Amino acid sequence: MEKRVTFGRWTIGILFAVPQLILIFTFFYWPAGQAVYWSLTLQQPWGGGNIWVGLENFRSILANADYWNSITTSLVFAGISTGLAMTIALVLATLTDRQLAGSRLYRVVLIWPYGIAAPALALAFRFILAPEAGFMAFANQFWPGFWDPGLDGADAMASIILAFSWKYVGYNFIFFLAALQAIPRSLIEAAAMDGSGVVRRFRDIQFPLITPTIFFLLVINITESFQDSFGIVDIMTAGGPANATNLMVYKIYSDGFRGLDYSGAAAQSIILMLLIVALTIVQFRFIERRVHYR
Amino acid sequence: MTIIKRGLTALAAGALGTALAVPAFAEPVKFDFWFGLSGDLARVVDTLCKNFNASQSDYQVVCTSQGNYDATLQNTIAAFRAGKQPTVVQVYDVGTATMMLSGAYKPADKLMEENGYKIDYSDYFPGIARYYATSKGEMLSFPFNSSTALMYWNKDAFAKIGKTEAPKTWEDVGADLKALKDAGYDCPMAINISANESWQLMEQFSAIHNQPIATKNNGYDGLDARLEMNKTKFVQYVTDLKKWYDDGLIKIKSKDLGQDMVQAFATGTCQVIMTSVGDHGTVGKTKKEGMSWDVAELPVYAGTERKNSLVGGASLWVLSGKSDAEYKGAAAFLNFIHDPKTALFWSTNTGYIPVTKSGFEYMKANGFYDKAPYKGREVAIESLTASEPTEITRGIRLGNFTQIRAEFGTQMQAIFANKESVQDGVDALVKNGDAILDRFQQTYPNKTLP
Repeated sequence: MEKRVTFGRWTIGILFAVPQLILIFTFFYWPAGQAVYWSLTLQQPWGGGNIWVGLENFRSILANADYWNSITTSLVFAGISTGLAMTIALVLATLTDRQLAGSRLYRVVLIWPYGIAAPALALAFRFILAPEAGFMAFANQFWPGFWDPGLDGADAMASIILAFSWKYVGYNFIFFLAALQAIPRSLIEAAAMDGSGVVRRFRDIQFPLITPTIFFLLVINITESFQDSFGIVDIMTAGGPANATNLMVYKIYSDGFRGLDYSGAAAQSIILMLLIVALTIVQFRFIERRVHYR
Repeated sequence: MTIIKRGLTALAAGALGTALAVPAFAEPVKFDFWFGLSGDLARVVDTLCKNFNASQSDYQVVCTSQGNYDATLQNTIAAFRAGKQPTVVQVYDVGTATMMLSGAYKPADKLMEENGYKIDYSDYFPGIARYYATSKGEMLSFPFNSSTALMYWNKDAFAKIGKTEAPKTWEDVGADLKALKDAGYDCPMAINISANESWQLMEQFSAIHNQPIATKNNGYDGLDARLEMNKTKFVQYVTDLKKWYDDGLIKIKSKDLGQDMVQAFATGTCQVIMTSVGDHGTVGKTKKEGMSWDVAELPVYAGTERKNSLVGGASLWVLSGKSDAEYKGAAAFLNFIHDPKTALFWSTNTGYIPVTKSGFEYMKANGFYDKAPYKGREVAIESLTASEPTEITRGIRLGNFTQIRAEFGTQMQAIFANKESVQDGVDALVKNGDAILDRFQQTYPNKTLP
């Protein structure tokens, strides 16, 4: 029988949990509670007082066409950038896993992008994608007006998706590679001896075996695309042109900090939180069923 | 017992005496000043602070840059809520309404009076003073760095089309841009249409043409003011700009696209821009070798009686909740900044204009405006003093104006990308801007602007 340390009184157990509970309370529940309170009031920015307005903040936000636009752009951004970042990372990881020449070098190099802070990489991409001075200036020379993120919303959206995906390819790559390397070599070798090709081995052996990792990365990528996109949007497009890249997280910042509308921003962040929670529940409920844990 | 007690009391009294006496001739009173300028300008502010500290020994100002205007206001609010606010803070022009309702300041005029400084408020250029004063004319803050918008034009390019003077009307501008295009200039004029350009494209334009931006005299007379630029000459102006853009006479230049408009002008790529007089120094320093250029007042539509342009920049607010000693120091600091000699130092080292008539006269007497690189900056004063400020050209006093500017950028981008017509775009600006004003008014129930 397993030996277990037990405490006679539950208070001791609680006592051990207290440091952790204090941390969670101070850095999560307290601010979140404050945000809920603010979202139900109208706060004067200088702290001169507030008025209880109930759900009025939520009502006015949800009646605002700009806000719905912001939800749509966030979902588009999350969908495309997650798909792009995960597909590219999976392809690169599979190729690296095959021990092709130079794969040790790729393994190190491909991880770097994740180590770059979002504003720094946004600045780099802003230069690269600048229609008059950057790399895209060449394209514009041949097809004038082809690339114009300053006025064309689709171009601007493409720029931030590209920058975000580039960063997360590195992150996803580490996990995919680790998952692929955890698959016993003997399985793959046996399949190879049975005469299955690279693609077949990937489809029937590797892919099913790494579904837990794929699922984990899907959750993380979608969540991060809602939150970590702020620095990239702020530097590259500032939400423009004409709100085409005004993601939810950026709108919270600009309404709250630039517009000093703390209550409206608090209400928006509650909605964002609920949306992420809902998306995560959906993923666990419907996609996790197809995941095979070993 | 009693002897010991008495001895101890005496000792304590003695210690207390020295403790009180020592600081009087050693430690100066320190107070904080937060400002929003960065880079070169921040270094000039630091020098200004050093000069103040060297000029007397009673007070010491600690100057800290917060990076930019937005951050300065945000950080100050956060600090104020935590009770750690600076004594003096620089707040940008459009933050004035927010500050006035904050209840977090000590009125500048009262502060100076209490501390025995006599400031002649009529010495301020009326266009500058009225922007920051209450509707009754009291100065709650001190104008600090001030500028206005000017038109920069390339003399070489205009010489090619036979012009030796800058266009004075928008009708002339249209003809000149066409001529420049025909003469082979790819970019006759550059503009940008982000939130910041609301300043020259909407606010300055409306003031010069005596057109309101909002009801209630641009908000000076109450928080229930609402936008109305969809019914003024501004619509015509945007229509013209859009048409010139479609005809290739105007190019959009911004940092995100590769080159901002000041760079585009300085390198000779674009021949006309409208920007702050604060860029005068930058153009002078970075212009293409041998390029000859000048500045002029912003044009008006033919038949318009020109009014004063608006001041842009920031003013200095003294916050509440500080000690008397710190207030004394703040008063001394503001008095130092008010001095004409400081005005000369400030304007020489930055592109900003003097805010007082005495400062301007002092600089003129010193020959500041006579030769390059400072020649031309007097045009800014002419523009600001083109007329006595009217009820509308005093300024703009609207809550959360930063967000209205953002909305301006959004709608202009939609108009220029052909997503909506000019009238629809400006109507949307009014509608969304009014929602912002509604919210501001709801946040401050039962309060009125001073």
